[in-house]
Amino acid sequence: MEKITFKLNGEVRSMEVESGDVLLDVLRDKLGMKSPKCGCDRGDCGACSVLLDGKGVRSCLILAIEIDGHEIVTIEGLSKQDLTPVQKAFVNFNSFQCGFCAPGFIISATELLNENPNPTKEEVKEALAGNLCRCTGYMPIIDAVCSCSNKE
Amino acid sequence: MENLKFIGKSITRIDGKEKISGAAVFADDIDFGTTLLFAQIVESTKAHALIKNIDISEAKKIEGVVDVFTGKDFPFKFGLYMKDRFVFAQDKVRFIGEQIAAVVARDAKTAKRAAKLVKIEYEELPEVLDQMKAIESGATILHPDLGSYPHVPWFFPKANTNIAHHRKTRKGNLDAGFAEADYILEDTYVVPRYAHCAIEFHSAIGKVDYSGRLTVWASSQSPNTQRNLFAEALSSLGFTHKDVRVIAPYVGGGFGGKAGVTMEILAAALATKLKGSPVKILWSREQEFYNTYQRLGVIAKLKIGVKNDGTITALDHQLYWDAGAYVEYGANVVNSVGLSATGPYRVPNLSIDSFCIYTNLPPGGAYRGFGYSEFLFGLESHMNRIAKHLGIDPVELRKRNAINENDSLAYGAHMNPNGIAECIEKVAKEIEWGKKEISKNPNTVLGKGFSLLWKAPAMPPNASSSTFLKFNEDASLNILISGMDIGQGLLTVMAQVAAEVLSIPPSKIRVETPDTDRNPYEWQTVGSHVTWGCGNAVKLAAIDARDQIFALVERALGLPADKLFLEDEKVKCSLKPEWELPLKNFVINGIMKEDGTFKGGPINGRGTFMPEFTSTNADPETSQGGHPNVHYTVGAAALLLEIDKETGKMKVLKVVEAIDVGKAINPNLVKGQIVGGIVQGLATVLYEDMRFDDRGKMLNPNFTDYKLPTTLDIPEEIVPIIVEVAQPDGPYGARGVGEHTMLPAAPMIANAIDDALGIRIKSMPITAEKVALEIIKQSKK
Repeated sequence: MEKITFKLNGEVRSMEVESGDVLLDVLRDKLGMKSPKCGCDRGDCGACSVLLDGKGVRSCLILAIEIDGHEIVTIEGLSKQDLTPVQKAFVNFNSFQCGFCAPGFIISATELLNENPNPTKEEVKEALAGNLCRCTGYMPIIDAVCSCSNKE
Repeated sequence: MENLKFIGKSITRIDGKEKISGAAVFADDIDFGTTLLFAQIVESTKAHALIKNIDISEAKKIEGVVDVFTGKDFPFKFGLYMKDRFVFAQDKVRFIGEQIAAVVARDAKTAKRAAKLVKIEYEELPEVLDQMKAIESGATILHPDLGSYPHVPWFFPKANTNIAHHRKTRKGNLDAGFAEADYILEDTYVVPRYAHCAIEFHSAIGKVDYSGRLTVWASSQSPNTQRNLFAEALSSLGFTHKDVRVIAPYVGGGFGGKAGVTMEILAAALATKLKGSPVKILWSREQEFYNTYQRLGVIAKLKIGVKNDGTITALDHQLYWDAGAYVEYGANVVNSVGLSATGPYRVPNLSIDSFCIYTNLPPGGAYRGFGYSEFLFGLESHMNRIAKHLGIDPVELRKRNAINENDSLAYGAHMNPNGIAECIEKVAKEIEWGKKEISKNPNTVLGKGFSLLWKAPAMPPNASSSTFLKFNEDASLNILISGMDIGQGLLTVMAQVAAEVLSIPPSKIRVETPDTDRNPYEWQTVGSHVTWGCGNAVKLAAIDARDQIFALVERALGLPADKLFLEDEKVKCSLKPEWELPLKNFVINGIMKEDGTFKGGPINGRGTFMPEFTSTNADPETSQGGHPNVHYTVGAAALLLEIDKETGKMKVLKVVEAIDVGKAINPNLVKGQIVGGIVQGLATVLYEDMRFDDRGKMLNPNFTDYKLPTTLDIPEEIVPIIVEVAQPDGPYGARGVGEHTMLPAAPMIANAIDDALGIRIKSMPITAEKVALEIIKQSKK
């Protein structure tokens, strides 16, 4: 077991993990953060995305010991006060149907808008291309993120 | 026209905040505490074999393993329409991935590790992987006991063959119809298997508590059907329906894949041996591909005769379905197509044969479209080819033959009111049909493709829906249904239906996800029927509550019930315009009389809906005489396709789809279905390509090798068009629209390729590679 200390949704946490523990499993099963979802377990679908020091990462491809000294944000963290503008846009544009992939898309969109507050539609598509959605046909997701950009 | 306040309005989804904030709970998100056990399934590595021995001794030795179970622990059969499946394989396996044993451990990793130590000894049998070979004489028979399997009365299995069901439809005089034709086109179309690819895995947790009650939490489109099948399968252990409870939280995508019963029965069965402990089964992405239902493959032989003016005189449609190792659900796909494979056309003389054929591949079952995408590929390709031969515009040919209200259907009943002509007109206008588009890029060509669509829900004649509706103190509502929100927005639409009757805004309404202990019965959330069926039940429950309110006001205050109405959460009276009584004043606590006594009490509505006009009693040789389908939803679609002449790479520049939904209760949700369905449909034709090896093993059960479109692969523009010709027996005129949206995708692409290049592709998928090879072949001619 290894001791790791990290920030989760703004709060400093310490815990013991096995060296082989996957971040997604630790978040869901040991820390109760259920918004990252497992949809493929090999980095294809993006449903398990979380922000690691502000960058979107696939938590199914990261070991828990790698986050020692770093900061993780999940949708639970984004939703603590009010929904963020991009989350509100997702609600208003019907950018979800079953809702299972939505947390991953919101993480990817949040990362994009943090780094580039005024993305073009092509930049939005590119930034979201690593997340799979089977319900919406993506258009309402792209529209929601574009609505948060001043360029659209 | 009624003045509607909440119907026809694109209100915000009532599940939006939950799903966007991370609060929505899916089956795998539920915490079960420290007693939770994990089961890993040991699967067949052979497509067809006898099980000679199962050695579980090494697995049992692993620390943390609680127990190991095999088929002999659960000699139970199950099945929705035909009981041809066992919970665990008994003496024989029939596809690679079939469940043989389960290792139950304290944690998932241990279960997985121990499952690898279970040794299966097989005696291999010849595998049958091709449906046409399966029906040759002398073929290996997969189910020698087929003749004894219990099934619904409208199935016709052929004992001692691999034909599990043959739906025959005959009308008019086929020979005379072809004799009358000026032109006959005959050809074969091939549609392979597909996978649903909901992003959420199947997940089920079973628990038998110390009192002996079984609860199953499952990601499910069919909680009541699951309870029924669990109770039936486990009846020898003493379970009755009241002892079985199914709780279905939010579903992370269904598309038919979470309908009926697949892996959920494993959790139910295992729980019976593990009293006191919940036991969880979570499928992996690989298992999602090969051990839930797959969409059936089909080889369709189609012959259509037409007059020179394009009038269809005869149709002979023979469909040979690769239905997989077990057809307990998939046989009904075959059945529904056997009744509807005319498409939305008037066909006076016809013969349809739809054969459900066992193969040693994963079981086929419900998939969005339920067989209609598959037969429409051939039929709508055929219509274009006929138009080309006759020199008639393909849209004009469709208009001339399109089915009208009251026209006779293949099985003799009459077509419902529909707006197919309006759909055709609107799509043709929006895509600028007839205008030849020239690509500005010299390396690419452009083509347009058109297709019609139709589909009816495939339901047993007595499939029903029901609703309880409860008022709260503030006149907010909880509505209990067992229809499932699988993403389509059912909860929101049901809130709108109740809101309209009771004048309560949808923002004050919660619609609860199913729990069979608490919510009343719903057959299943399949067939795009819940807006219609469940919507009718919700409307009836709301009317029941409203009638109770009016009766109470009459009894307590003496105002005549027939002069009362609801508006803005208040009771009002047409005789006394100045009088009003807020609902929140009395819907729980009653109305106080002058003497201080109260009348009334909590207002609770109930509603039950069953389509009482349907019947499957028909002549098995012709399918004439019954009324198997409640109604058809129709539509039209077209697209503009750009094709790279060298690589075959295709880009859809614009898609237009018009669907007659009867009444769009929430137009934005209908548009969401159209956009999402179009992209899912295009995925099956342009990208998804399921591969098996020559022993029946699926080669690409993952998203790296089985390609779903991403944000970069979607059409540049999708134009959804809503047409509203009311369904007389639908809630506010609504009929279903979920599945229909993806139906025309494949023939539209095939027709656009023909338009652009003069190449006719008759098998799916139509990948860039296939197009490029056809271009090369054409250039060599």
